[in-house]
Amino acid sequence: MFELLGVPPQVLMGQLLIGLINGSFYAVLSLGLAVIFGLLNIINFAHGAQYMMGAFVAWMLLNYTGIGYWPALILAPIVVGAIGIALERTMISRLYKLDHLYGLLLTFGLALIIQGLFRNYYGVSGLPYAIPPALQGGQNLGFMFLPNYRGWVIVASVIVCFSTWFMIERTRLGAYLRAATENPELVGAFGINVPRMITLTYGFGVGLAAFAGVLAAPIYSVNPNMGADLIIVVFAVVVIGGMGSIMGAILTGFGLGVIEGLTRVFYPEGSAVVIFVIMAIVLMIKPEGLFGNNA
Amino acid sequence: MSSTETPKAALPAMTHTVGMPTHHKIIFVGLFAVLLILPFMVYPVFAMKLMCFALFACAFNLLLGFGGLLSFGHAAYFGMASYVCAHAAKVWGLTPELAILLGTLTAAVLGLAIGSLAIRRQGIYFAMVTLAFAQMVYFFALQAKFTGGEDGIQSVPRQDLFGLIPMRDDTSFYFVVLAITFGGILFIYRITHSPFGQVLKSIRENEPRAVSLGYHVNRYKLMVFVLSATFAGLAGATKSQVFHLASLTDVHWTMSGEVVLMTLLGGMGTVLGPIVGAVIVVTMQNYLAYLGAWVTVIQGCIFVIGVLLFREGIIGVLQKLIKKSL
Repeated sequence: MFELLGVPPQVLMGQLLIGLINGSFYAVLSLGLAVIFGLLNIINFAHGAQYMMGAFVAWMLLNYTGIGYWPALILAPIVVGAIGIALERTMISRLYKLDHLYGLLLTFGLALIIQGLFRNYYGVSGLPYAIPPALQGGQNLGFMFLPNYRGWVIVASVIVCFSTWFMIERTRLGAYLRAATENPELVGAFGINVPRMITLTYGFGVGLAAFAGVLAAPIYSVNPNMGADLIIVVFAVVVIGGMGSIMGAILTGFGLGVIEGLTRVFYPEGSAVVIFVIMAIVLMIKPEGLFGNNA
Repeated sequence: MSSTETPKAALPAMTHTVGMPTHHKIIFVGLFAVLLILPFMVYPVFAMKLMCFALFACAFNLLLGFGGLLSFGHAAYFGMASYVCAHAAKVWGLTPELAILLGTLTAAVLGLAIGSLAIRRQGIYFAMVTLAFAQMVYFFALQAKFTGGEDGIQSVPRQDLFGLIPMRDDTSFYFVVLAITFGGILFIYRITHSPFGQVLKSIRENEPRAVSLGYHVNRYKLMVFVLSATFAGLAGATKSQVFHLASLTDVHWTMSGEVVLMTLLGGMGTVLGPIVGAVIVVTMQNYLAYLGAWVTVIQGCIFVIGVLLFREGIIGVLQKLIKKSL
């Protein structure tokens, strides 16, 4: 067995895997934030709460109706996305003409309400959600043991991220979307219903967060606070990557997850703050973000 | 959807007169008179808590209401100052005034470090950057040895003031806190009504124009950021002497959210708004504490209603009615 800088390969690979998993969540969540920001020009502070709702809806489906993991993977994002659409129609849409900061404050308030409600009814201790039978167990890869479910999380995140990228960058619908990001008035003049597109985009971004929540449910316990701390790290990821590019958000998310995992191997005390340190460095060297184009 | 439009644009222009306008003088004298008799009417510790949070909110308002910068990480300065002050008082046995001074200086240095990075981005990015750095400070407080992790720094002693005047009694310490917070709020008032404050206002209203007039905009932004962090630190350090405690609550992002709520509720960019907002939020937390997580829900609702229906805040609405800046 070889050792790398005094670290056994099992430990290194294990932390790399955890890093990739965290990176998957960073990527899917920062992608959702970037998609929403692109068209709505607001930072969705409720993103973490909506991720938590995704996990909770999956748990409720299982415990109240007996609907299992696979349907929940589709149903939970639809349910949470629909709630998001209702919020966008009734509240967020009233703020588009105001300063962007009001969108941040409003969604922060929404996040407090959602988290408070779930804390009231479900406490903070966390609820277990079993790994679906098809994905239990794991593979021995020779150099490490890979639990099937964790492998699936990475594969599913990569698929979702690249489908989203493909849809936005390579399809006609995505072209409308990008055009509306550049100039909503002009796109509206061509007869495209921009307000509806904005609503659906918000629903889609929220759905992405809920999808990540369902993926996370069997790994972390389902807990009202699960999104709150995560979203702050995702904000740092977004600042590092810049929100100008979809691919940038994906790559930054996965990359930072891996860096965080490696830090946990070589300097465990720093693993909680490494992303913030990277953010500080990026702000010094390239303030607009690695893939950013707007200040 | 231009990004140069600021939240405060709707406010009536504050008349720039030499010295303090008469109605402000009356308000401050009246407020001081009320504060003098307050500890004999309510529990002094609660009164001190109100004053510390009022100063915290005024410090935050200096940045948001006058500088136009939304920081979502002010708990970092508040909490770090409270930790350093508690550590200085407990482990080094410093007297209250020195411990509070040390805590405040820590906040100033932290504000300089974070502020100089954060002002490189604007608008919502600025908010996200400050929030992220504050989270970093939170993790530091969670892991560092001297902060005591989950326990915080408990049973912090309150030494004699200047080594002479006994401060064990809460009522006597009340008047020290009164001097600190009232002095702090007056100082902030002075800053906002100085030429420096006028330049800040011009940057808030139209940054490119301020640049074209030859102002070093970033230097002004950094200065107001450091000042705001310093006063937030003063409030946090004082609070740790009031409660004999420094804990993770003070440095958590929920605290950053609360100070935003106080300022939004009272009225951004007004003199009295943050004070009113702080009194309402703290009183609400105090009397509704038995409701548990519902307090969070209520705070969220106030945010939502505030942003959707009355963005000027309570004092903002009031000053429209009486047509005077408050």
